[in-house]
Amino acid sequence: MELWQLTISEAHKLLVKGDISSVELTKAVLERISQVEELVKAFITVAEDIALEEAKAADERLKRKENVTILTGIPIAVKDNICTKGILTTAGSRILHNFKPPYDATVVERLKVAGAVIIGKTNLDEFAMGSSTENSGFFPTRNPWDLTRVPGGSSGGSAAAVSAGECLGALGSDTGGSIRQPAAFCGVVGLKPTYGVVSRYGLIAFASSLDQIGPITKDVMDCAIMLQFIAGHDTKDSTSINMAVPNYLDALVPDVRGLRIGIPKEFFAQGVDERVADAVLKGIELLTEMGAEAVEVSTPTAEYALAAYYIIAPAEASSNLARYDGVQYGYRCEPTPNDIVAMYSRVRKEGFGREVKHRIMLGTYALSAGYYEAFYLRAQKVRTLIRRDFERAFEACDVLITPTSPTVAFKLGEKVDDPLQMKLSDVCTIPVNMAGLPGISIPCGFQDGMPIGMQIIGRLLDEPTVLRVAYAYEQASGLRNLQPPLKTAAV
Amino acid sequence: MRLSREDVLHVAWLARLELDDAEVERFTWELNQILEHMEKLKELDVTDVEPTSHVIPITNVFREDEVEKPLPREEVLANAPDATEDAFRVPRIVEES
Repeated sequence: MELWQLTISEAHKLLVKGDISSVELTKAVLERISQVEELVKAFITVAEDIALEEAKAADERLKRKENVTILTGIPIAVKDNICTKGILTTAGSRILHNFKPPYDATVVERLKVAGAVIIGKTNLDEFAMGSSTENSGFFPTRNPWDLTRVPGGSSGGSAAAVSAGECLGALGSDTGGSIRQPAAFCGVVGLKPTYGVVSRYGLIAFASSLDQIGPITKDVMDCAIMLQFIAGHDTKDSTSINMAVPNYLDALVPDVRGLRIGIPKEFFAQGVDERVADAVLKGIELLTEMGAEAVEVSTPTAEYALAAYYIIAPAEASSNLARYDGVQYGYRCEPTPNDIVAMYSRVRKEGFGREVKHRIMLGTYALSAGYYEAFYLRAQKVRTLIRRDFERAFEACDVLITPTSPTVAFKLGEKVDDPLQMKLSDVCTIPVNMAGLPGISIPCGFQDGMPIGMQIIGRLLDEPTVLRVAYAYEQASGLRNLQPPLKTAAV
Repeated sequence: MRLSREDVLHVAWLARLELDDAEVERFTWELNQILEHMEKLKELDVTDVEPTSHVIPITNVFREDEVEKPLPREEVLANAPDATEDAFRVPRIVEES
């Protein structure tokens, strides 16, 4: 086994035993990047020099056995909408093509304190708006399992990088499925924590009431490890929950006896590929063979989540993206018009891509005088109904299991001109963000060589049960640390 | 058609977004199409339903108003596309009297 194929927990054991150094591990990952990056294109920035410095510092810690954590010396990739001090942070947008943040996001600060090595910044749909990473302002990323297919999105770069062995774990962000859907498409594990568990300070805001940062990893144990380090209250994010962080690793018990699994029938309805639905139902069967109980539940308003999401998310985005005006940072048009409003409008015309403009227009309209009640307020009331649906469902069960996305990864270009089709790819994940619940995607099989994702949804703050079910399934199915048949570039 | 070309231009002005003719045409079509799709939300009865703005009920979060060290001015200005030694430079906003 090559070093870049290791999981975080495996690499940690070798690092503390002194069998390998962080510099060796980091170099192996950088070498892997140089071999496959031309094909996968997961990174906007590879921070080679900084990573090697951090690896040396980690080796010092390991040598002195001081402040060693499970993440010390582990190469981690970070989605490029999460601020990294002094390292280019573009959010996948031309309007931030040269932005180097003067501060670290809280999650990055916490990874650094733990001794992790930040290996680079991964590609995404511009401002995380999209489901395929084709909306990146720079270039599309490809799926390591089939280079003609998308990696999903918007955290497509992070999922592809983890899958291709270009990092040991990664951070993504999830507003409507942007961690879970790419994790499903790339055959890796992706967790969207409960809203408020992870600080959003330093995450470039898309839709503030839905955005949440989470880990993308090669197996469930690594997912719990990364969550342990990024979770917790932060005074810099007033929406972060002030609570004691549970020990997520303690939840990794391969025992689901007596646990009730809810199957929300609406999530298996039309539009979901039968083979995907079958694989997920087989996954549930495996869990019931292990002693869990399956119950059918109903979430009748979930089908309205997509429509409500496409009011709420663009409305919040249109407000959040007002700050990009070419004054304090980012792109400025040349020549600069003499009138300041003309300058703002030109900067935004030239700096934003098509999908971002579409959502700014939609959101501005939905919030404008006379339409606010009809659209935004109504959507927020529908959101309440969706929450209640989940609350009712959770009276009869402990977790819900659904497909992560209705299909496996689609072809590059296949849906780029059909925004409604593209959005349907998030139909199973969006309701979870609307209700703020924790959701994980784990691999549960293959269709024509492409991974299928199974989504496990938990009650608010019940990441431990979500992780336990995911871990139990993973142990029984053996579907972990999957290696895509990626041919390296011919030399 | 819910939105006219003029409505689209008004929204673009509110959003401080310059559009060319092709974009005006495209957004008029796209926004009308998507708003039609949103009509679906009217199927649900939301009478007496409280809106959810955040899933975790957090109201005012207070802290002591303590002065902390700000970022150094050079760092603040380092990302500016156009700046003097101590200010962001923009087109003239105030008329000379």
